[in-house]
Amino acid sequence: MTILTHNNETRLLVQGITGHEGSFHSQQMLSYGTNIVAGVTPGKGGEWVLGGKVPVFDSVHSAVDVTGANTSVIFVPARFAGDSILEAADAGIDLIICITEGVPVREMLHVKQMIERKEITLIGPNSPGLISPPHTKIGIIPGNITFEGSVGVVSRSGTLTYEVVYALKQAGIGTSTCLGIGGDPIIGTSFTTVLSHFESDSQTDLIVMIGEIGGQDEEEAADFITSNVTKPVVGFIAGQAAPPNKRMGHAGAIIEGGVGTAESKINALSEAGVRIARYPEEIPAIIAKL
Amino acid sequence: MRLHEYQSKEIFTTYDIPIPRGKLASTPEEAKLIAEELNCAVVLKAQVLVGGRGKAGGIRLVRTPYDAEEEASKILGGRIKDLPVRRLLVEEAVNFNQEIYLGMTVERKSGQTLLIASAAGGVDIEEVARSTPEKISRIRVNPLLGLRDFQARNLASEIEISRELWRSFIILTQNLYRAYTDLDATLAEINPLVVTTEQRFIALDGKMILDDNALFRHPEFVDKRDISAEQPEELEARKFGLSYIKLEGNIGCLVNGAGLAMATMDIIQHKGGNPANFLDIGGGASAEKVAAALRIILADKNVRTVLINIFGGITRCDEVAKGIQQALQEIATDIPFVIRLVGTNEVEGRAILASANLDTAETLQEAAEKAVAMSKESLP
Repeated sequence: MTILTHNNETRLLVQGITGHEGSFHSQQMLSYGTNIVAGVTPGKGGEWVLGGKVPVFDSVHSAVDVTGANTSVIFVPARFAGDSILEAADAGIDLIICITEGVPVREMLHVKQMIERKEITLIGPNSPGLISPPHTKIGIIPGNITFEGSVGVVSRSGTLTYEVVYALKQAGIGTSTCLGIGGDPIIGTSFTTVLSHFESDSQTDLIVMIGEIGGQDEEEAADFITSNVTKPVVGFIAGQAAPPNKRMGHAGAIIEGGVGTAESKINALSEAGVRIARYPEEIPAIIAKL
Repeated sequence: MRLHEYQSKEIFTTYDIPIPRGKLASTPEEAKLIAEELNCAVVLKAQVLVGGRGKAGGIRLVRTPYDAEEEASKILGGRIKDLPVRRLLVEEAVNFNQEIYLGMTVERKSGQTLLIASAAGGVDIEEVARSTPEKISRIRVNPLLGLRDFQARNLASEIEISRELWRSFIILTQNLYRAYTDLDATLAEINPLVVTTEQRFIALDGKMILDDNALFRHPEFVDKRDISAEQPEELEARKFGLSYIKLEGNIGCLVNGAGLAMATMDIIQHKGGNPANFLDIGGGASAEKVAAALRIILADKNVRTVLINIFGGITRCDEVAKGIQQALQEIATDIPFVIRLVGTNEVEGRAILASANLDTAETLQEAAEKAVAMSKESLP
């Protein structure tokens, strides 16, 4: 089982499939075994890509009509990404994963309003996507750093997530699904939503949650865990050494007005019964003891 | 991008938000001329991008043009909270009865704009928020509907603005909201918004932060960024698309990805060392970019050792290795390196660096332990 992915019946559409990132990662996803049924690049409809295996359409509507795509992954440049999400939503796609980084906040405020009016799951933007070994990979998480297992991983970052699942792999621990919710202030899916999916997923026995400084998403997740999560949770919060009022790369990773410190997040999660790792490679050691 | 008070007030004027009469001065003589022109008591306000300006001596009330020149010469060219003062806003002193706080910002949780107002505006608004949160009123603005009259009116009523002023408060608040949305701001704030003795609103101060990711829609602001608050290394880093923040420690860090860069700093601290910087080279960095990153790290005189932690995904370890090689050929350095390359093309990457006689590590933990030990050994 894998969370969120239409019970493994993914029919993936890639928006921005002919771009530099889009074409490289589409090839990676295809090699992993993901069922890519279509690509969209306005103005390139009618072409075939990825060795002639995948048709390109001018619009998401036409791609959905012809191929029955039910999931979209977005690689288009930041200034067009909001529009791409809305186009996918308008065409009836109900799982949208936006990899693009740097989408304007105001664009996301509007997108979020539209998404919430429909039965749509938006992951990201600024997400590395998700991977459910052995055959489903949507986004840019490298396929070879994890294998099928029973640990669900949810994270706000990209390469730090790789670090964690790789450390799990080295310790012989596999993952059910590993998903990055994105490092921006306004994102489609929060920790709590993913936690509830892991809670009800029969393949997942344990959850790893990787947060970072900024905002209060981890504190909210802690509240949620207290009342809704029965499976053990191991957590790590990045940015313990970060000074206040300096944005640590991600648009969301900043301690402002005393809100969003690592300490506050670690305290909230500890009180919710989450075992906190002090550094990424301590996570498998903690899991081994559970 | 943070805007100066004078820049925010220029925007306010465009949106019919009343501000005091005044002008910008770069020299004491200009300050004097502006004070003469205004022909009243004036306030000199240092234009620096830092909070608590007034308490740090950046705001002075003076009675005469002569005093304006005298005081301006003391502030201009000096520093407020370590930032150079290059410009002063010289404004008429305004007599007022009431100080209001009015601000709007993006609220992450609701995905909406949060409008905040308080009758207890002025310098101590943060203390008010902490000790008497009931004095702060909040409403959420749906981005698709915008700020409605009733919302602004309810806010006016809650913070006990007199009824005769409700209409002008609604208009002013909606004007600020328009400026905020039109310019892709993530924050717009007037503190204080005063009610003058003539029963008019005037924005005595102004603060706006624009969304960096939306600056492509506002090219007129691109050149207006004040870089005096930024370290030269941070500016150099931005030129190369690197995200760099200087810290106080002595272990230089070069990492791909913001989360991993923070986690690398954390583990260094956990192992008893001190990171010299946060540095994220981003995804898919070229050798040139890596070399630039390394030059910036090595230019920091505090750096005693360098830890490179790369988890290749989009980023290719061989590109990173080439960048390291390139930088080491340019810069002769005795500073020891610990390098950890994992992921895409790690074997090729390690091969490139094999001849360079650099210390390597398999795990992040091992890398951090080695770097911390080296940083202590190499202390004089």
